[in-house]
Formats: sequence, structure tokens, C-alpha cells
Amino acid sequence: MCPPPAPVTTVGRSVPRREGADKVTGRARYTDDIAVPGAWYGRTIRSTVPRGRIRSITLDPTFDWQRVVVVTADDIPGENVVHLIRDDQPVLAPKGGEIKHREEPILLLAAADRSTLEEAARHIRIDYDTTEPIYALEEATQVFSTVEITKGEVVEDLKDLKNVEVVARTFQVGLQEQLYIEPQAAIAIPEAGGVIKVIGSLQCPYYVHRALKRALGLTDQQAVVIQAETGGGFGGKEEYPSIVAIHAALLARKAGRPVRLIYDRHEDLAATTKRHPGVIRHRTGVKKDGTLVFQDIEIVLDGGAYCTLTPVVLSRAAIHAAGAYSCPNVRIRARAVATNTPPNGAFRGFGAPQSLFAAELMVEHVAERLGTSSVDLRRKWILRLGDTTATGQKLTESVGSELVLDAALKSCRTVGPSDRRTVKRGRGLSLVFHGSGFTGSGEKKLQGTIALEALADGTFRILTASTEIGQGTKTIFCQLAADALGVGLDKVVVAPQDTSLVPDSGPTVASRTAMIVGRLVQDAASEIKERLTREQPPLRVEKSYIQPDSIHWDEATYRGDAYPVYAWACTIADVDVDTATGEVRVTDLVTAVDCGKALHPVMAEGQIEGGSLQAVGWATIEEIKMKDGGYQNDRLATYLIPTALDAPRIRTILVENPYSRGPLGAKGIGELPMDGPAPAIVAAIHDATGVWLDEVPATPEKVLTALNGAKRREEAPA
Amino acid sequence: MTVRFTLNGAPVSVECVGSRRLLDALREDLGKTGTKEGCGEGECGACSVLIDGEVVDSCLVAVGQVEGRNVVTVEGLAGPNGELSRLQQAFIEYGAAQCGICTPGMLLAAQVLLRRTVRPGADEVREGLAGNLCRCTGYTKIIEAVLSCTT
Repeated sequence: MCPPPAPVTTVGRSVPRREGADKVTGRARYTDDIAVPGAWYGRTIRSTVPRGRIRSITLDPTFDWQRVVVVTADDIPGENVVHLIRDDQPVLAPKGGEIKHREEPILLLAAADRSTLEEAARHIRIDYDTTEPIYALEEATQVFSTVEITKGEVVEDLKDLKNVEVVARTFQVGLQEQLYIEPQAAIAIPEAGGVIKVIGSLQCPYYVHRALKRALGLTDQQAVVIQAETGGGFGGKEEYPSIVAIHAALLARKAGRPVRLIYDRHEDLAATTKRHPGVIRHRTGVKKDGTLVFQDIEIVLDGGAYCTLTPVVLSRAAIHAAGAYSCPNVRIRARAVATNTPPNGAFRGFGAPQSLFAAELMVEHVAERLGTSSVDLRRKWILRLGDTTATGQKLTESVGSELVLDAALKSCRTVGPSDRRTVKRGRGLSLVFHGSGFTGSGEKKLQGTIALEALADGTFRILTASTEIGQGTKTIFCQLAADALGVGLDKVVVAPQDTSLVPDSGPTVASRTAMIVGRLVQDAASEIKERLTREQPPLRVEKSYIQPDSIHWDEATYRGDAYPVYAWACTIADVDVDTATGEVRVTDLVTAVDCGKALHPVMAEGQIEGGSLQAVGWATIEEIKMKDGGYQNDRLATYLIPTALDAPRIRTILVENPYSRGPLGAKGIGELPMDGPAPAIVAAIHDATGVWLDEVPATPEKVLTALNGAKRREEAPA
Repeated sequence: MTVRFTLNGAPVSVECVGSRRLLDALREDLGKTGTKEGCGEGECGACSVLIDGEVVDSCLVAVGQVEGRNVVTVEGLAGPNGELSRLQQAFIEYGAAQCGICTPGMLLAAQVLLRRTVRPGADEVREGLAGNLCRCTGYTKIIEAVLSCTT
């Protein structure tokens, strides 16, 4: 008898994406591609005022309302809350209820065809008693959450500051839309036994499941959530799909038939969550020789009208605020406040891009004050193996800070001046870290669970709630399982992300999927392989996350191991600044990333390249201006994202510096590329022009204003 | 009215008002859901199709305008037995499709570019794809995939 062929190892190789053929042929079914016989079309009627109370809702009696299903807050069978952290956001504003932002959902409509729906919408009148809205952070009275982190002494207690230079700056960061190309979408289908099945474009099936149960008063079995192929998420489909799903389900329940609730781009831009804007104030104390003495940092984030995930975003912002540096004395005070704009929420990076933008530019400002190179200063300050972070976390392994700095610097190319007279060239660098996985005790509390089945036909099935949103979940899980089982990739499949089938392996967020859930898949596969030596299939193994004893986190004091491990990145940006128009063009962007281990190099690079371009957009052209509590840039014609022509040449250098608890050493890197480009670009603008912006986006308007300001200062008599 | 045209090489007819968007006729009347709606106003290119060999946003075209014309959607790119085109294979191999929602339009735009330009360089590829937005890839791998099909 021949021995079985040696299994081919696929981890570390860029095998074809699992659903790749479906995506290049048009066979992949996204929510709006799914035909459901008899389904009606749904629509959300929203507030038109940013703050006030609903005085009256009038349905025009001349319209035939028999043709339409109308859902109000009175039709909510469960609790009128979108369940998340605080339960402060209503599903629909009740009559007489408070309006807190201009896109607050008030009524839901469904009809057999779109034109009836539009006609019905025109026959609704809602009157309000309005109140003066709050938009300015300093005027906000409601605080969603605060975080305080201290290490060593606070600045007021420091003795001997005589020879310490203090550099103080204030930074501002703007709103950003995730702009997944597939808008929010859900189809709700009522079934026998009070079951409501929701098929949707979403990242976190169990978030939606919990929210549905709560608002519709359903049991675990009555709420069924299925992820359709999802056209991008970036955090935008972390919490918002709960709202879309509940709305669709309420309409389907009342209509007694399936209802499709598919947002158009305008509604999606106007109503859904954005990256938190905010203000970050830094004071850094440093000795003449560059020794870092203290960092005193204050962060204020604008949460918008409801809490959403804001406290968790604030927490990540605060933990990353000191940057990738070792400082003996740190104080970080952060708070998130409520304003009367649509709620802000999850977006790749989750608060870290905001605070790291400030931290990285602070290095530049200190270097300028000391007359030294910012790269040298980074080398002096950088967190190394054995150092402690602001939360007192001792870094014990996989600290790639210097590796990525060296790798990025080594790959730099020399660039000559532009041949256009008004164009100035510059280069900027940033060095960042990003905690992989949930913050603090998040994983411990969640205990994410997966299952792996060995089937009678010799194949294997992975059951997780982790979603494929383009980042490669399906492919990577199959690679990890196949390698651990010692079988070919074709023997492993992933079960659909359907809450009636798969256990809750947690949300697909926080750069945790490959590292945390992937490790569970790998462990389950190893166990099944071992059991198959003495048992016959079918077999099923479940694995839940168990926090290692060595990880300690104190929620009350914000001390300890904030993350299981950090991924590191160094970005170098080359820019052309047109001093006549203020236009900033990023021409080249190189990022060296310590990813632990690249499970699938092409997909790992894809994460870095895509995330980097989102950051370039945030830093340069993605601007949202507010008017009367709404976004002025609420169409794709006015909210611009980079096209292939705008995008720089992006190069990625993967540095493998394994992490013992990641699958084969891998660390989460999904969010990391959002952190570094913005400060590198702003530093490059300074290198090109000599002016500091200290804010993003660096739009032509702001660049010109800064350039003109510098010119005026030069011309002013001394 | 009845609109007759050629879709992916085969004759089709649609019964509808002539002002119906080609995008809706393709997706809802003809079941070709590979063509996506990203913005509905001609900004994103997710709904790109070919009309007589030109890349067009099908959200901006009334179905009545394609009477007698030749329309190609992503479903028409593979061979008669479903074998993937070289470009489709390259998109998989190079990681040019992540979430995949822009992929159908991107493939069509790339195909036209490759047909029109002999050995395009990276800049020409960027220009050729500038009407199709992608939020996942940073375009790098899409450009690599297209360039791999030029020789």
C-alpha cells in the first residue's frame, strides 16, 4: 500500500481567495442581489431637525394608506432600544419623544413598489418643537465616558523641571465615512413560529441577533441572522446594521411578508456612523539631549447624538495616545461628549488613528524645537522589548518597532525636485503600534467560541460567526484548519455565517479575527486530528477563548496589559504640494509592518494597501462639512474618496516577528495601516513647505491658509 | 414598451417603461445581479457595463437607449463553458478582488483598457480605472493584475 501523499502546507502561501471565482463572475450574492418572492420595499422616514420634540405626525387622509404599511414606535413589540453598550438609542423616536439628531428615524414605510413608497413618503408631515442644538465640543454638557491613564508622576508633581523644554500643541481630526461601496442593506423574512430571519450586509451577526431579540421581543431561536456576501465594512457595518435589521424586521412583522430595506448612497452617507472627530492637546517635556520626561495628553472626541461604541473607541484612543514610545511620566485624560449630530461609531482604527496622529506629529514638533532629527528622536524614545507602555504593560515579545523603522528607511528612494515651479516636494515618516484584538478584558468576557466538524465523507467544516468582508477570513481559516489537520485545502469548508448554525465567535472587528479566532480554529483542528487517530467521524470539537494567566488588566485603574500584543508599522510618505492651489498629492507611500507572520502574504499586503489609502483619503481629501447638524458632503459627488489616479504608489514590506499565541505567530493587522499615513503626510507637507497644519484633512483650502499665514509672518516687520 | 437588445451575446427582451434604468432592468428583469449599485448617480462605477464596447454607468442609462445594441455585463466575461478569462484569473491570483463589490465594474473597465491600449503602463491603467472606485485594495493589486495581462 502506498503511503498517503504528504499534505501541502498552505499557510504562508497566497492561495486563491475562497470566494474569488464567485466575485469575478458576478455569482457572489450580496444582500440586494437576493430575490425574495413577494417582498415589499422598505424606507425610513427621518427627522429633519437636529434637536427638539415631535409635536405631531400627520398622515395625509387624501392618500390611500391601505397600500402601505406604516410602522411607528408603538409597533415595537420589545423594547424601543438599539441594544449595544448603553441602550440609549431608540429604534424609532416615539410621538412626543426627543429628537437628538437630524437623521433620527421616526417612521418606517413599506409598499409593494418603490413609486408607492415615494408617494406615501410625500404625504407624511411631522411637526416639531425645536430646541437649540449643541455642536461645539466645549458647549457639550453630556459626557458619554472618560478615561484616565497615568504612569509615573503627573506633571504637577514633577520636581526639577528647570532643564526641561515643554512643547505644547493642539491637533484636530475630522469626520470620515467608511464608504464601503455596497450601502447598508437588510432583508427581513417572517417565518412560522414567530421566527424573523434577517439576511444582511454586516460584520457581526451576533450583535444584530442580540439587538433583534431585544427590540422585537424574540427568543434566541426566533431571531435568525444571516450574513450575505458583504461589500466592505471597515467598522461601518459593525453596529449600524442592527438598526437596519430591526427596521426591516418591524416592517416585515407588520406587513406579514418579507421586506427589503436597502439604503441608497445618499441616505447611507447622511445617516450612518462616521469616524469620531476630535481635539487632542499635547504637552511634552523633554531634556536638551532629547530625553523624554513627561507626556500630558488630553483627548476630546465627539460621539454625536448617541453612545454607540464611543466608550470603547475612546478607550483605544487613550491607550494609543502616548504613541509607540517609552516615557517615564504619562498622563492621558480622555472624554467623549454628546452633540446633536448623527452618532459616530466604529471605523477601522477605532480611535487610534486620531490619537496617534497627534502623538506622531508631537515627535516632529519636539524634534524641531530641539533642532534634531525626528528619526533620531524616535530611536531614542521607541518602545523596545522589556519596556512598559503608558498603561504599565511590559512588552515581553514580538516588539517590531525598530525592525519596521529600519526596513522602511532602507526601502526609501531618492527623489529629485519637481519640474513644476509651484510644486514643492517633501517626505514624512511615522512610527505607530496598534493593539491586536479586544482591549483589556474584552476577549475574556466574550469567550468567543468556534466549532470544527469532521464529517463522514472525509471533509471538515469550520463553524464561526466571523464574517468575510473582503479581508480574507474564509481563506485564512481554511488554510489554518487544513494545515493543522494535514489535509488539502479542498477538504475544508466554512459554514455560512448564520446564527442558527454557528456559535458566537465574537464580532469581526478589532484586528482579532485571524489572531484570536484563527488560533481557535487551529487548536480545534489539531484536536480533531488527534482524535481521528482513534475515533471515526462524524466528530465535533468546540473551542472557546481562554485568557492566558499571564494577561492582567485592571479596568478600574486602566493599568496592565491593554492588548495581548501589538503590531507595528513605519510609514514613509512622499508628497507634492502645489503652493499655488494648496493641493497635496501623495506620490509614494511605503509601509513596513510587523505582522508576526503573514498567513497569506497577498491578503496581508492587501490589508496594508487598502487601509493606507483610506488613511491618505482621511489625511487629504475626505472632508465632511456640517450645516444645521447635517453633513453637506452627503453624496458621492461631494464626498470624495481617492480614485486610482489619486492613489499613490503604495509599497508594503512585511516583517515577520512571531507572536507565540497567534496562529503560527500571526498578529492582527487589519486596522494598523489606518494609523500611520496621516501624520507621515502632514510631516511631509511641512518638509515640503515649512508650514505645520496639525489637522486633517489637509485640504487645499487649509494648506493655502497655512501657506499664506507663513508668508504674512515672514513679511511682517520684526 | 418592449426593448430588445443583445446581452452577453444572446438576444433578450424586456417589457417595461423605456425610462427604466438599465441597471434595474439588468438586475431585476433579467436576473443579472453581477452589476452592482453603489451610488445611483454615476460616481462610483460599480454598475459599469459595456454598451457596444464602451464602459457606461448603467444607473445613468435608460433601458430604451440600448434598443438593438450590444450589452455586456460581468456575467459575459467567462468563456462558454464557464472558464475564467485571463483577466478574471489575474484578479484572483493578484488579490485584486477583496470585498468584490467593485470587481464586476472594474473588470469591464480593465477589459476595455486592455483592448484599446497596447501594453499600457501603470499610469495608463490608473487613468483607465479612474471611474471605478474601490475602497478595499488601494488599487495596487488591481493595477498589478491588469498589468499582468498586457504581455
